[in-house]
Order: sequence, then C-alpha cells, then structure tokens
Amino acid sequence: MSKLLQTLVNSIALGSLYALTALGYTLVYGVLRFINFAHSDVFTVGAWVSFSIATAFGWASTGSPWFAMPLVLLLAMALCAALGIMIERLAYRPLRKAPRLNVLITAIGVSLFLQNVGQLQWVFGTQPQSMPPVLEDSSVAELSGVHIRMVDLVVVSLTIVLLGLLEFLIYRTKLGRAMRAVSFDEKTASLMGINANRIVSITFGIGSALAAAGGMFFALKYGSIKQSADATWVLLGLKAFVAAVVGGIGNVRGAVVGALLIAFVEMFGAAYFSPHMRDFYVFVILIVVLLVRPSGLFGSSTVEKV
Amino acid sequence: MALLEVNGLHVHYGGIHALKNLSFSVEQGQVVTLIGANGAGKTTTLRAISGLIRPSAGTVRFAGKPITGLPAHEIVALGLAHAPEGRGIFANLTVDENLEMGAYLRNDPEGIAKDRRRALELFPRIEERLHQNAGTLSGGEQQMLAIARALVAKPKLLLLDEPSLGLAPQIVQLIFKIVKTIAAEGTTILLVEQNAHQALNVAHIGHVLEVGTLVTSAPAAELARDDKIRKAYLGVH
Repeated sequence: MSKLLQTLVNSIALGSLYALTALGYTLVYGVLRFINFAHSDVFTVGAWVSFSIATAFGWASTGSPWFAMPLVLLLAMALCAALGIMIERLAYRPLRKAPRLNVLITAIGVSLFLQNVGQLQWVFGTQPQSMPPVLEDSSVAELSGVHIRMVDLVVVSLTIVLLGLLEFLIYRTKLGRAMRAVSFDEKTASLMGINANRIVSITFGIGSALAAAGGMFFALKYGSIKQSADATWVLLGLKAFVAAVVGGIGNVRGAVVGALLIAFVEMFGAAYFSPHMRDFYVFVILIVVLLVRPSGLFGSSTVEKV
Repeated sequence: MALLEVNGLHVHYGGIHALKNLSFSVEQGQVVTLIGANGAGKTTTLRAISGLIRPSAGTVRFAGKPITGLPAHEIVALGLAHAPEGRGIFANLTVDENLEMGAYLRNDPEGIAKDRRRALELFPRIEERLHQNAGTLSGGEQQMLAIARALVAKPKLLLLDEPSLGLAPQIVQLIFKIVKTIAAEGTTILLVEQNAHQALNVAHIGHVLEVGTLVTSAPAAELARDDKIRKAYLGVH
C-alpha cells in the first residue's frame, strides 16, 4: 500500500516536471505548426542558468535565505524567455515562409548549437554539477510510510499555479484570444490588427520560461545537472515532447494530461516491473497512442462548415 | 480627397500577372462595388489594399496616408476592416470572442459596447449563439458574424469580399439588406461580388474587372441597365 502511494506521489511530481516542458512544445506548435526541437535544450539551459545564478549568489556553500528559490526561479525564467525569443527572432523568423523542412532542420541545428555552446569552458563546462540546495530538502510529511519531499511539494504546487496562470492567460485575456486567433489563422488575425510576430515572440517567451522552471525543478529534485549534451538530459526533453504528442500536440490541457500519463507509466513500470526499462515504457505509450489516436488523446480536428 | 485611392496597382503571383494597372477610388460615404467573373482579380484587389499581399507596383492611399507595402495589422489600425473571402471566422473561438477580436485595437469600452449592440441588433441570429463555438455556425451565420465582427471595429472603410458566396437565396437577400442599412448609416464600403445583380443594387459606383483589368466604371444604376453588362454578369439574355 505504501509503495503504491509513494509511486503515486512520485508520478505526480515527475509528471509536473514533464508538463512544464511539454507546454513549450505544444504552445509553439499551436501557433506556428512546427516542432521546436531546440526546446529541450532551453530546458537544460534553464537548469544550468539556475545553477549559475545560485552559485553566483554563493548559495552553494552557505545556506540560502527563504527568497533564494523564488529569486533564482524568476531570474532563470526571465533569462530563458529572452533566449527563446532570441532563438525565434534569429533562427526561425527569417524562415517563416520557407518550407517546413527547412525550419525543422534549423531547429535541430539550434539544438546542437545550444548543446555544444553549453559545454564550452566559459559557459557551463563539461563537468556535471550539483545544484545548490536553494530549497531545503526535507521530508515535509510522512503518512504511513509515504514520504512527501519539500521539493516535490513545491514543484507540484508551483506547477499548478503556473498552469492556472497559463490557462487564465489563454482563455480569459485579450492576449490569449489573440494567441488562439493567430493559431487558427494568422492572416485573418492580422486583419483584426494583431501583430502576429509579436504573438509568436510572446509564445516563445512563455514556453521557454516554463521550460526554465522545469529545468530548475529537475535540478533541484535530483540534485545534479549533467552537461548540456548529456544523453539523460536530452532524453528528459524528449520525454516532454512525447508527453505533448501523446496529449495531442497544440492542446494545452492535453500536454498536461500526456505528461502525467507518461510519468505514471514510467514510475509504475519502474516500481512494479523493471526500473531498467522505464524509458521503454514511455515510448511504448507513444507508439500505442499514435497507432490508436494519431492526433493524440486531446488532439482533434475542428469542425468546419461551408 | 477620396478615402481610398488605388493608383496603377499591379499584383503578380509568381509568373501570373493577376492585376494590371488598376486605378480607382472610393469616396467617403460611398458604396463601391467591383464585379467580375471568377478569377478576374476582385479578391486580389482587396487583399492588396489590406496588406495581405504585396503589390508589385502602384500605390494605395487610405485616409490620406500611403499604405502600400505596410503589414496588414498596421493598415487595419488606420481604420480599415476587411471581411475576407471565406469569412475568416476563428472556428476555435466562441462567437462572442470572434466579435471581441473585431475590437482588438479599440480602447473605448463604451464605444465598443455600443457598436457591438448595434451589430447584434442587425444580426439577431448571432446574438442567440454568442457562447457557441463559431465553427458550429452555418455558412450564413458565419457570414453574418464576419460582417458583425468588422462592424465592431468601427471602420472608416469596410471591405466585403463575396458576402453572398455559397449562401441560400433568402440569406443572400437578408445580407444585402443589412449591407444597405450599414451603408445608409454612413459606413463607406468597398464590395466585391460575383452576384452582380445584388451588388449593383446596393452600390453607388460599379467597376467591372476582367482578367485583372478594369474595363468599365460607371454609376451602379447605369451599369445595371447596360446591355453588355446585363448579358455578361446579370444572366439576362
């Protein structure tokens, strides 16, 4: 029983992390109909940036004050938002009218660029680092053998807050309406006076900020950060992509459900079958969903009447 | 000075010369219609005016300002609304949200509320469906929504592209009745239509387009009486 509950808790915590990163894929796809393969690298940069900020403040060795975590989080999100906006501006916007394949290949190029620049000695370097504990890692609650860690509690509640804000933004604000309008039909949106380029920039900014939060929380939860081209970190970004596809790419709620689903499958598979095959379960889910519902769980085509 | 002045406009699509040296103007308060067969360049003209496509030569002036080559969202900001071909409804938004998109650039809540109320008075069927997804509307309702949305923008000039396309005759009647009302209330309209009969009935001035060239321009009533026009576009033999 306690094993079951513990696995449940772990799944929700992991699912929240996947969701934060999956949203960036799905938001950008929603607006531009294109997979930003460099998104998982923004996630890794988010982890590294939060490490660098926390280290610069000297919180690696000494204890950290209460505002350390929120401060590092906000700075990392802001920096990665700027990075995302810059990537779109410099790499993707000049190709807006080019064939899709060109943009896709450029995205892979940007991904490789970030991975390799990140390994330069004067950037993040090649050595794995341990994340300064800007959040006290204690067990906040223990119920019949189930441990709830502080970091998990914070991660899950912050994820819920960020998702709530995103949901509000998309469905209840003028900016959100403009994002949905651009996503449906960029030309007609421009006839409403919407500057589509600005909406695209904002979308990249939001997606990248959420990925930064995901990267930082991941580093906090597992305590260490691998080099930017390390396979385990690349795989994390890839799983977030799988989550977005499983949920139905372009669908915000779908991305969250997809993230929770693959986290459950991964964690329960690891706990009850074999922990060595956890990545395998994730991709089996992907294959099954693509076979049964190629547009993902929540992906649907809009009904159009003539 | 005319509200809209189009001068020597040329548009190319790849190797196709879609508009050839097009010049006409729309005076404040007028309803001007461009009629012509499928492929004559009517839609292209509207798209070149509102900035959806770049003309290869020529100038467009709107409200005294040169707007040639400006991006669509900047042209729209000067007070032009374009209800595009195919209606351009955001099917993923509700009807109400579509109307709000029409007022995207406006910052006067009272003015918006007033124009929204007026648009809904003109199209009561839209009001009944405010909270529905716009994609669930019938074709006629979508056309009504497209016009209502353009009116909420309170445009100086309204571009209407084929409002009758694919609609049942009674709906076409209804829509043209409302276009007439809007015009009578003082909105300047540039109307593109294949349904020349209805278009000439509401317009003051008519221009006839043939394969990208303006061939005839005259007061609408005169065009409606012209034998050649009647044969070619009004189905009278």
